[in-house]
Amino acid sequence: MFPNEIIIAGFGGQGILSAGRLLAYAGMLEDKQVSFLPSYGPEMRGGTANCMVVISEREIASPVLNSCNALIVMNNPSLEKFESWVKPNGIIITDSSLVHKKVKRTDIKVFEIPATHLASERGNKTYSNIYLLGKLIKETGCVKPENFEKALYGILPEKRHSMIPEEMEVLKAGMEY
Amino acid sequence: MGQKLLMKGNEVIAEAAIRAGCRHYFGYPITPQTEIMHYMAKKLPKIGGVFVQAESEVAAINMVYGAASTGKRVLTSSSSPGISLKQEGISYIAGAQLPAVVVNIMRGGPGLGGIQPSQSDYFQATKGGGHGDYHMVVLAPASIQEMYELTVDAFNISDRYRIMTMILGDGVLGQMMEVVNFRDEEIIEHYDKSWATTGHGNKREHNMITSIHLDPAVLEQWNIGLQNKYKLISEKEQRYELYNCEDAEIILVAYGTVSRICKGVIKEAAEQGIRLGLIRPITLFPFPVDAIEKVIDIPKAFLTVEMSSGQMVDDVRLTINGRKPVYFTGRMGGMIPTVNNIMTKVMEIKEKHR
Repeated sequence: MFPNEIIIAGFGGQGILSAGRLLAYAGMLEDKQVSFLPSYGPEMRGGTANCMVVISEREIASPVLNSCNALIVMNNPSLEKFESWVKPNGIIITDSSLVHKKVKRTDIKVFEIPATHLASERGNKTYSNIYLLGKLIKETGCVKPENFEKALYGILPEKRHSMIPEEMEVLKAGMEY
Repeated sequence: MGQKLLMKGNEVIAEAAIRAGCRHYFGYPITPQTEIMHYMAKKLPKIGGVFVQAESEVAAINMVYGAASTGKRVLTSSSSPGISLKQEGISYIAGAQLPAVVVNIMRGGPGLGGIQPSQSDYFQATKGGGHGDYHMVVLAPASIQEMYELTVDAFNISDRYRIMTMILGDGVLGQMMEVVNFRDEEIIEHYDKSWATTGHGNKREHNMITSIHLDPAVLEQWNIGLQNKYKLISEKEQRYELYNCEDAEIILVAYGTVSRICKGVIKEAAEQGIRLGLIRPITLFPFPVDAIEKVIDIPKAFLTVEMSSGQMVDDVRLTINGRKPVYFTGRMGGMIPTVNNIMTKVMEIKEKHR
């Protein structure tokens, strides 16, 4: 499924932008064309945040998306805003701990993962985005898990490198959920 | 080998300036370009450079005037309302014929407007936002890689012609990340700077840098000199990309972020059997009239697309001068034209010129 046009949306502080950056970084490691466009401004500070990621074998026309083939949503308003953007046969992955609305579309695949709940059970809420990324990577094949791991090492500050093995376990749990 | 990194547009501009030998930055924060300042604040003091967060944009541009007078490579950056504040200084720098680089990462106006991306400062950038008969060279990157390359070029062009060069981007380009390939070594062009005011212990005549010439005959000659310089730049420095123009029914004209969206439109149109091309001006001043001349006979019509009410379209019309119909579509206030917006206009034009 190329190019992979991905939108990740939720509240500021849920790791929305980090998730997008990690995907773009992993895509770069695979010598693909990548772009990452974050929302910026007042909505980032406690409000809604989203980012648009394109991972492609060819030159990327526009980093600004008006549609996507994969959507990750981590709150209700984001589902409302972006549900109609997903192309037919695309996918929506929701954090069902926080998104209580049901996806209305019937021409796409939907995956509901209680990511925040699972992360809390593991004792670290910041893992919620990784569960969802696991499912995304499994379903789209946009990047390889081993390159996602390299992206974690490339982007996270060194003091957080000790957490990466556990984050990879979380990613695999997300892939298999 | 070079170095391949995933970086934000604003940071790439700052890194490129450092690579081009710029060691002086003066500015004042404003969204969506503040990362340029952040980067300079972090890096410049470590490599013997000077970073000053000035008390205002007016102060910052006058610090640029001072540093440029000594012949040093100097950068300032801001976004639309801040660039308005700098206009007096820009006019003085143009009058004094000093090399310097200014970045405008545009946001929606007028006034304080908003913080989302826009291209509504085209007139201000290319026609002279300050007073007097002057121009800056205006470069319009459309990717992160180009933000790097054009920033390095901007310093070389500025030194070559003793002129201010503007990098004109928008909030999307400033905030987005793409892969940038840095060269191992930059091409830094060196020019005679014996005009600079550098202190000499009375070993030579004083150099004078000024924009005041009270004798109109002298000032006219000074202006003729400026105009000759702009003419030379127009002959030598036009840059553009022609994309898919062979056999195009309609040729789009767009720069920066919008040119990227137009490439998406071209792809989508091709799937529907419609042939579109694109002229992407890379220099906005000098406007690439050569690009239009090359393809003028090909399409039935031209369509300019901007994030403004229609500014560059004036230069497109002036160049085409009635030889082909010229249309415009755009969004304002921080809204970005969608592929659908542009396709709707394309279909309308197609209908008219069947």
